[in-house]
Amino acid sequence: MAKILAVDDSASMRSMVAFTLRGAGHDVDEADNGQAALDTARGTKFDLVLADVNMPVMDGISMVREMRTMAGYSGVPILMLTTESNPEKKMEGKAAGATGWLVKPFDPDQLLATVARVLG
Amino acid sequence: MSKVDLAQFHKAFHEESLDGLDAMEQALLALDEGADDPELINVVFRAAHSIKGGAATFGFTDVAAFTHVAENLMDEVRSGRRPMEKAVVELLLRSGDTVRDMLALSMAGKPAATAESQALLAELSAMVSGGTAAAPAAAKAAAPAEAIEGWDIAFRPFDYLLKTGNDPARMFRELGALGPLRAECDASKLPALADMDASSSYLGWTLHLDAGAKRAAVEGVFDWVDGDCELTLTPRVAAPAPAAPAAAPAAPAAPRAVREVATNSEASSVRVGIEKIDTLINLVGELVITQSMLSQFHDGVDASQLEMLRHGLAQLGRHTRELQESVMSIRMLPISTVFNRFPRLVRDLAQKLDKKVVLDLRGETTELDKTVLEKIGDPLVHLVRNAIDHGLEVPAKRLAAGKGDTGTLRMEAFHRGGSIVVEVADDGAGLNRDAIVAKAVQRGIIASGDGMSDDAVAELIFEAGFSTAAATTDLSGRGVGMDVVRRNVMDLGGTVGIRSTQGNGTTFTITLPLTLAIIDGLTAAVGEETYIVPLVSIVESVQVKPDAVRSVVGGGELFRFRDQWLPIVRLFDVFGCEGRRRSVDEGIVIVVEGEGTRIGLFVDELIGQQQAVVKSLEANYRRVAGISGATILADGSVALIADVTGLVRMQGRRKAA
Repeated sequence: MAKILAVDDSASMRSMVAFTLRGAGHDVDEADNGQAALDTARGTKFDLVLADVNMPVMDGISMVREMRTMAGYSGVPILMLTTESNPEKKMEGKAAGATGWLVKPFDPDQLLATVARVLG
Repeated sequence: MSKVDLAQFHKAFHEESLDGLDAMEQALLALDEGADDPELINVVFRAAHSIKGGAATFGFTDVAAFTHVAENLMDEVRSGRRPMEKAVVELLLRSGDTVRDMLALSMAGKPAATAESQALLAELSAMVSGGTAAAPAAAKAAAPAEAIEGWDIAFRPFDYLLKTGNDPARMFRELGALGPLRAECDASKLPALADMDASSSYLGWTLHLDAGAKRAAVEGVFDWVDGDCELTLTPRVAAPAPAAPAAAPAAPAAPRAVREVATNSEASSVRVGIEKIDTLINLVGELVITQSMLSQFHDGVDASQLEMLRHGLAQLGRHTRELQESVMSIRMLPISTVFNRFPRLVRDLAQKLDKKVVLDLRGETTELDKTVLEKIGDPLVHLVRNAIDHGLEVPAKRLAAGKGDTGTLRMEAFHRGGSIVVEVADDGAGLNRDAIVAKAVQRGIIASGDGMSDDAVAELIFEAGFSTAAATTDLSGRGVGMDVVRRNVMDLGGTVGIRSTQGNGTTFTITLPLTLAIIDGLTAAVGEETYIVPLVSIVESVQVKPDAVRSVVGGGELFRFRDQWLPIVRLFDVFGCEGRRRSVDEGIVIVVEGEGTRIGLFVDELIGQQQAVVKSLEANYRRVAGISGATILADGSVALIADVTGLVRMQGRRKAA
């Protein structure tokens, strides 16, 4: 099972994601903003990162940009969890190095399906 | 359907949404005052955005629809398409209030869309350019039916594709799930081994999918790499098929109806910082180590181990104390949770009364017991309303008095001794002595104000019956007077004081205990019983000489304390137990103060000072006049905690009878 980092400033959203993934047998760590995620990712190697876009301290797009420069993270799948269904935000995320996205609102089934899609 | 029950996250969503709304309100107020910081606009946007996202996820569609439009409005501001005008701030402030109401309704399992919210939603929509933003994202128009029997796909990733975390193998796997797949690899661009970068992609593929998958399904496989590759999708079309059914648009997952009625939302909870929990866990860890160290003495101690035993016990004592403090601190929350509501209140009041007011909040990180915090809000609101309504003058009057046209309202919290002090101070006109005296005379509280000190006159406003509904404006009064403020504060074991200088303003000082769960007390013996008198109420303990005692008509005794004559209350009389000392000069008198009145409590002797964990007497027995609770002493016996205010009142009644 995969080691996954869930990044969202919303505790309810984060716990929903973490709870769902843990229920599917994954090992999940949580962070409440981009900076905290980077700090966590420096100490542990994750197989997948799920990150919100709009967060205080450091937003998800800056986080992706930074994370891609970190040792061991150049090819790790990073999915943006975003309500921004408009193409510019997705493009901005992609340009920063995000693998893909999951558009909110999503339910636990959609989340698991997307995660399965990335992890294979 | 997933097994995950989303209702378990509702409470967390509600709480964080309220936090978001508070942050949004503060940011809006700062913007309203002319602050020019893009981060403030971001804060407002983020609040609306997060609530929308959460509400949609957890099935609160009404809230999601409403915040969606508010978010659109903020997006216009954020992207510079709309200035942050007063009208926008005003509308968003009202929207925040409405969302708060809608969330409360949602949590109670009720429909959140009310006539009021719908009206405001219409206003919001009207303001957002384009107007129709309230409609949920419409499903994409159905693609025209294609009679497709297969796809030919030319796919060549750009060299950086792997670095985005995407993997061609994943896409092949997904295509394979749609139907039989054949792949041809084009390795012509593969460089010499020495020039190869392992994290670059050099290959291209031509893929043949032999199945009539829908275009959306095939495109969906490549949606994340759009722009990161050369991609051509060519359908292999069969002979026109008769009346192929139109592909149904992928309907967005219907938000699940909220069936779970929020369980008692009053059930109180505390959000605790991780660092407090970590401290607790550490302490418990230490305690376990100490315990295991001490357990080696299970079978007795020989002299050589005495030092170690003593060391272990000292450690146990230290850890227990730290653990206690640490657990208590969990109940402590910063007063900012209460102060936060005031910027909005002050702004609205000032606007209504045409006054200019700056709110100066200080000491917002000062922590108070949660119970105290919950109950201190109303008295503070009352004091603030009073200060703006009666204390601060209109700009013209201030200028005439030689002051700036803008009044200052200071709210400050700080520690003093073992108490928390909260001050509400204005630099307004101060109390009008003559008006207060006149009113007090009219209400029959005093006969005349002659000879009364300014402080004594100021105290009059706390008298029951000083303020009545008829005498108050629609703003501050509401039929509740300062006497209620004082009573509310006293119920929390606190006191309210007032300082006023004519022309220079008024300061109210609320002094509160740090916590209601533990008190510092003086233990005193009365016969076989032990009583605890809260230290905060104690003025002094004295031994009284017989010649300083006078009997008064109708029973009772007074003793001379400094320049006052104070009544002596014999605790054994009050509580009906047997004292060992009956004569005043044999025992000791504890001078205590409650509601500004001093009395002397006569006890046999003082035992010492200690912290007492307050246990409710009502919950375990019944309410007893003059007793505020009980505690368990080190030897396991029960000591009763004296309710000083109650004893003072009892004494007052006895005197009056």
